[in-house]
Amino acid sequence: METIKIMGTDDTPTVILDAQNEIFEISGRSLPEDVTSFYDPILQWLDEYSASPKPKTIFTFKLVYFNTASSKLLLDILMKLEQLHEAGHDVLVRWYYPEDDEDMQEAGEEYADIVDVPFEQVGYTLS
Amino acid sequence: MDRKNIRGFLEFVYDFYKSMKAHEITLVYEGEITHQITKAFTSLTESNMAKEEESNSVQKKVFHVMVECLQNISKHADSFGSDDFLFAGRGIFMVSKGDEEYHVTTGNVIENSKIEELSKILDHINSLDKEGLKQLYKTQMREGRLSEKGGAGLGFIDIARKTGRKLEYHFLPIDEETHFFVLTSTISRTE
Repeated sequence: METIKIMGTDDTPTVILDAQNEIFEISGRSLPEDVTSFYDPILQWLDEYSASPKPKTIFTFKLVYFNTASSKLLLDILMKLEQLHEAGHDVLVRWYYPEDDEDMQEAGEEYADIVDVPFEQVGYTLS
Repeated sequence: MDRKNIRGFLEFVYDFYKSMKAHEITLVYEGEITHQITKAFTSLTESNMAKEEESNSVQKKVFHVMVECLQNISKHADSFGSDDFLFAGRGIFMVSKGDEEYHVTTGNVIENSKIEELSKILDHINSLDKEGLKQLYKTQMREGRLSEKGGAGLGFIDIARKTGRKLEYHFLPIDEETHFFVLTSTISRTE
């Protein structure tokens, strides 16, 4: 399976989807000019991955900012992970938030409420 | 410009300057709101806030509100009159900073036919408390669809949640077909 590696910019997140090395990560800032065209390849990749997933999928979200349009697409990603979990696979979502960012923590809690997938909140300190 | 016009122009510039000072406006823009503009304004305001050592939480709130306001204009502003498509996606955008709070104000033209629906959405958001807004955001995220222009119908809810205040909006009649829609969002610097 092909690996997706997108370097983050001011307005787009860093994305690493590497089945071989079992790295699944979205981090940074997300307010792309065109959310659909940015996230479509990621959703497609997840569809493909879901056909023959690794025994355990730990998906990391480590975002510092996302706009409302991105929030919808992040939910789409989480729903793919929910489907994978429902299909009987081992899935864990790790939602990282800066310790002093209540909004990002709350956003994680809200997603955890919406999707039925094991969800872990991890606070970290920005150095 | 002849002498008289120069005088008039200078007075206009000076009045404009005074008026901006009086309203504590730190940024004002009229025109098309593109992605580049959004990036430029948010990073400018971010670096100003960092320089003034504004708290992280205030910086984040201002950033959120600015992005959603700018995207509202670029996705929803209508054109003046019937054919003047040049005005679509344009509007006025202002940021002002007082001792106690930041204000982000947007103004754009809206067709009369859309006012009722927009008011309904805004009034509904204003009728909700913190928990209600959270539920509405979740429902809209789950059930709403991205529009052709990439809008998720979440911007106003997010502004209300981030500011912790009611959405303050007004419609000013322009002509028989359109109104000018003004939204002011206030972010407290002290909370």
